[in-house]
Amino acid sequence: MPHESLLPVALINYISLSLVIFLIGVAGVVLRRNPLIMLMSIELMWNAANLLFLAFARAWLNNAGHIFAFLVITVAAAEAAIGLAIVVVVFRSRENVDVDEVAILKG
Amino acid sequence: MIEFYILAFVLIASAIFVIIASKPVYSVVGLLVHFAALAIMFFSLAAEFLAVIQIIVYSGAILMLFLFVIALLSSGVAPFSLGSDRLPKIAVPATLGVVVILGFLIYGLAHIPAVFQPSPVAQSASGSQAGPVGAADVFGSVGDFGKALFTTNLLPFEITAFILMVAVIGVILLAGESAPYVQSRRRARIVEREMREAIMRAGEE
Repeated sequence: MPHESLLPVALINYISLSLVIFLIGVAGVVLRRNPLIMLMSIELMWNAANLLFLAFARAWLNNAGHIFAFLVITVAAAEAAIGLAIVVVVFRSRENVDVDEVAILKG
Repeated sequence: MIEFYILAFVLIASAIFVIIASKPVYSVVGLLVHFAALAIMFFSLAAEFLAVIQIIVYSGAILMLFLFVIALLSSGVAPFSLGSDRLPKIAVPATLGVVVILGFLIYGLAHIPAVFQPSPVAQSASGSQAGPVGAADVFGSVGDFGKALFTTNLLPFEITAFILMVAVIGVILLAGESAPYVQSRRRARIVEREMREAIMRAGEE
């Protein structure tokens, strides 16, 4: 059983907040065409997941959630580094960074 | 209670600002506010170590990476115009904001033990115990986290090292000085045209 008394507010508040932030991130990826802002929206989504991990870890007093959040932060850092490297390479060869125009791999 | 709703408002507002900002630099500023608010929320969930990591890794490393790439991409295209000096306009509000935030910080530092003290709960499955935030060897403290990371979860920890190494090698391959795939812009355009023609030919056959 979760120890909800340890949380500042009920667990459902954290779930809703995380969902809202995640959906904002999805909207950013779908609506914006600038790859930098798309990458930042992906960071928002990682962070929404992290928030949920930590809220549940606190509610269940189980620090496996902390380990998961740690892994997520590591993977997010790697993803940001590689994503930005791809943006730099694409920009170097095409002189613009609109993702709709980088469609050579489109089937 | 009320702190959660203030933080939630800041988190959602800054997230929306990130995706509607007109320039990527503004998005980075919005993301900075978002990460700071999230670190505070992590503290309220007794995840001390991860709150600090959030600040160091996200605000310190990842956002700097974004800023460097933005500076790199805009350096050759549109040279910075210095514009009018904006400091006189924002000097008074900025100083006021700094003083208020500093005051809050000092007030908070002076009142740490009284802020949040949950009643102790029975031991959990992972063997850690609830206790006041900031105390040693309770749930979420650095010692508790380190014990879990280096004993039960040693393999995932080593996998993160591997992931980081792969990322470093990938970035060097992609964007290094002598990138094997893209030697110059002209060469890249020729390669791209050849690929496009090959795809067209393949489609016709």
